[in-house]
Amino acid sequence: MALDEIKIGGMGASRRRVEDNRFIRGKGNYVDDIVLPDMLHMEILRSPVAHARIKSIDVSKAWDTPGVRLVLTGEMMAARNLAWMPTLSYDTQAVLATDKVRFQGQEVCAVIADDPYIAKDACSKIVVDYEILPAIVNPLQAADPASVLIRDDKENQPGNKVFDWEIGDKAGTDKAFAAADKISKIELHYPRTHPSPLECCGSIADYDRATGKLTVYMTSQAPHIVRAAVALVAELPEHQIRIVSPDIGGGFGNKVPIYPGYVISILASILTEKPVKWIEDKTGNLISTGFGRDVYLKGELALRKDGRILGVRMNTISDHGAFFSDAQPSKFKIGLMHSAFACYDIPVAHMMSTGYYTNKAPGGVAYRCSFRVTEAMFFQERMVQAAADDLGMDQAEFRRINFVKDDEFPHRTAFGFLTDSGQYGKCLEIGLEAIGYKNFAKEKAEAASRGRLLGIGISTMTEPLGAGNSREYDILGIKMFDSAELRVHMSGKALLRTGAKSQGQGHETTWAQIVAHELGIPAEDIVVEEGDTDTAPFGMGTYASRSTPVAGAAVAMVARKIRAKARKIAAHLLEVSEEDIEWELGRFYVRSNQDRGVTIQECAMAAYSNMPDGMEPGLENNAYYDPPNLTWPFACYIAKVEIDPETGVWDVLQFVAVDDCGVRINPMIVEGQIMGGLTEAYAMANMQYITYDEEGNCIGANYMDFLLPTAWETPGFELYEVVTPCPHHPIGAKGVGECATVGGPAAFVNAVMDALKDKGVRNIDMPLMPNRVYEALTTGKDIYGMPPVRVGN
Amino acid sequence: MSSLYEEISAPPAGDVPVRRVTIDVNGQARTVDVEPRLLLAHLIRQGLKLTGTHTGCDTTSCGACTVLFDGRPIKSCTMFAVQADGHKVETVESLASASELHPIQEGFKEKHGLQCGFCTPGMMMAAKALLERNLNPTEDEVRWAISGNLCRCTGYQNIVKAILWAAEKMRAESN
Repeated sequence: MALDEIKIGGMGASRRRVEDNRFIRGKGNYVDDIVLPDMLHMEILRSPVAHARIKSIDVSKAWDTPGVRLVLTGEMMAARNLAWMPTLSYDTQAVLATDKVRFQGQEVCAVIADDPYIAKDACSKIVVDYEILPAIVNPLQAADPASVLIRDDKENQPGNKVFDWEIGDKAGTDKAFAAADKISKIELHYPRTHPSPLECCGSIADYDRATGKLTVYMTSQAPHIVRAAVALVAELPEHQIRIVSPDIGGGFGNKVPIYPGYVISILASILTEKPVKWIEDKTGNLISTGFGRDVYLKGELALRKDGRILGVRMNTISDHGAFFSDAQPSKFKIGLMHSAFACYDIPVAHMMSTGYYTNKAPGGVAYRCSFRVTEAMFFQERMVQAAADDLGMDQAEFRRINFVKDDEFPHRTAFGFLTDSGQYGKCLEIGLEAIGYKNFAKEKAEAASRGRLLGIGISTMTEPLGAGNSREYDILGIKMFDSAELRVHMSGKALLRTGAKSQGQGHETTWAQIVAHELGIPAEDIVVEEGDTDTAPFGMGTYASRSTPVAGAAVAMVARKIRAKARKIAAHLLEVSEEDIEWELGRFYVRSNQDRGVTIQECAMAAYSNMPDGMEPGLENNAYYDPPNLTWPFACYIAKVEIDPETGVWDVLQFVAVDDCGVRINPMIVEGQIMGGLTEAYAMANMQYITYDEEGNCIGANYMDFLLPTAWETPGFELYEVVTPCPHHPIGAKGVGECATVGGPAAFVNAVMDALKDKGVRNIDMPLMPNRVYEALTTGKDIYGMPPVRVGN
Repeated sequence: MSSLYEEISAPPAGDVPVRRVTIDVNGQARTVDVEPRLLLAHLIRQGLKLTGTHTGCDTTSCGACTVLFDGRPIKSCTMFAVQADGHKVETVESLASASELHPIQEGFKEKHGLQCGFCTPGMMMAAKALLERNLNPTEDEVRWAISGNLCRCTGYQNIVKAILWAAEKMRAESN
């Protein structure tokens, strides 16, 4: 009899998480928990100013501090050719400043001491003489030819522009706009924000002079990329570098790039011949590491009277800070921004994107996002709502009319992506029903009689998750595939390793479920390991919701290889030919006699003790998986909000989420991902952003200025499910980790804008803080969020 | 002393003052010499090697370092170790016995109240303080009790469910 898949913790089981057993006991192993013998501690001195020439650095008093072992400056790094390092976007980034500082928080010196307190003390004794330069804090200033040149360290860098990038059909789009009945325009700013995992970045570099081996324990979502980069930057042989990502306290894209702190700790360990620990503080994390967003849009839709979208025009300007260090596939300078409008059937589209340097922190990481998809979907859904309003059309109906229909897949989008599956209309109808869309007019009138403004906001989108395929997606030339290695021991228990790296997603639980599904080995008999480059197969790591689409597929594929070999062993054990063997979960049997069979465990034992003549012993294998396409989950998020016009405060009365992420491996974990993502969406819509004053001071440098929602503010979310399997994924799954963060913000903002529709307000840039809403309400004017921030804002 | 031989460390450099304090940590009296400026969180983590207590923000905002201080939840990153002299401190390591999890721990696992696990110890200690004074809290009371603890992964909904689950189990056990 085949096994009960749910009982063995296979696909579809809401299996309780394996990793929880250590986390709930306080026995996680995060980088700051690791203590090595004779370990030293490193502290980084950061620039207090946004833009300045360094006239001199006096480190003598730091050196004189008892307990200090090493003080590093940019000059000392330069002497070892390490003052600058390459970024993941083919730019360079200062490790320790030599000539200038280019953003507030930039790394200037590092002190290595016996104790972290001593290192901090010594940092405060370093005297740096800065000649202050004007700071550029938004891309409009950066574009002004009269502005100061930020990257004068680079040859052939005449201005502050990072790139121009273009995609789509310009002539065709112009034609569509010329033929339009109506053109709907909107300008938006997706403000700078920060992924801000609770755990900051950190590393312990441990160089062993005797063996020549460098081991680095660090907070990396992509340890193999780090190994490759360290080999390049530090010129160490790759086989002598071991990167270990232990438990990670949240990543959200922030822990993909390679930061100066990691590199400095490595050099410090080489120089001191002792392990060197660097643990960033929260301010360091917020002001210097990979931020998200900071993109401006001019968006236009060409519309026909009946509601059809005839063409899309998007012009984006993005602010990349002082160094172009976006972590993204190298072909796409503004990530996958051109995934916008993928769920709508649009004949033609054109996008122009320009990026600028500013005197702000570098980054532009994919913050819980598949490379700028968050901006793309926010812009898309704000443009859609504005267009529906401009046409005087119901916002749900406008979406219905323009959706790609269920029978139109595969569908080539106007920007060239190939979407392959979905039931967009069905998801929308479930959402509308759940929110009570039909009765909304009545509800709104009733609220108005109480002096309250009610609004409903819809956000529907399909997004590309799971890069590669390797034809189009690479980072620093390394193709974006992923991997899994499976060893089935003779007792039928197994060890699985992948090239991904969980930061809370629960891989130790779900990967085992995929193996259980493919082989019938109970999930509890499978241990999952990730994050150690000496043991894990090469993989590109976990971000951009790519683990299930790519590494998860590799897990299924390696399990199938194991099953293929086990089938040969089964034929041998049952003394029949392989063609006469059938498989049911956990067991092979003889087709003509179902009672005659062997379990996968019996095959495993035989692989080590009774294999057929000529067969290689053992039962292990690996798989490298290069996906044929991205996966395309769909989501419909609907928010109902109530505004108090006296204060500008808005409350979420109800929030409905309908997610179609294909087949769900562990529904409990999927729902956890969606709720977490929606909370970050709510945060960005409501409070969570980073801005700068005109001198380039970062406002949002700690959790008192950079606001995160607590359990008190965070609304409840109602979750619904539609399942359209991914046609090309081995188990039909699609990515899901980021859908809610990507699609969620527009639902909140659209809801508030819907409530303000009659007040002459068309847009308030995020975050929709009460003072902004109140100001818009009382003046009837849009609120534009470009820094420098106004005092009190 | 647990080892046969322990090197006597050099006297503190310069004139660093040291204070001797005795703190009841998880039911055990611990006597240590500390610099007056040493934060309680750092004593717990580095000195006493109880690394379940995490430090997230350094500004009393995130609550990852929450421990119980004479039964009340406090953020140990904003208290000096010397202030704990003569007091009782409970950390996440005190929750489970050798054989049994605390109902709060069970609840967090059962209701998927954690993802990366970094905020979890602080959350659970805040929850413990709540349930010790109110074994029958409303959802709002739970949300208020943990509003000093940030979580970036879960969206709180499942944390709230976990604590309510634990409360129910503890009520059943106390009957």
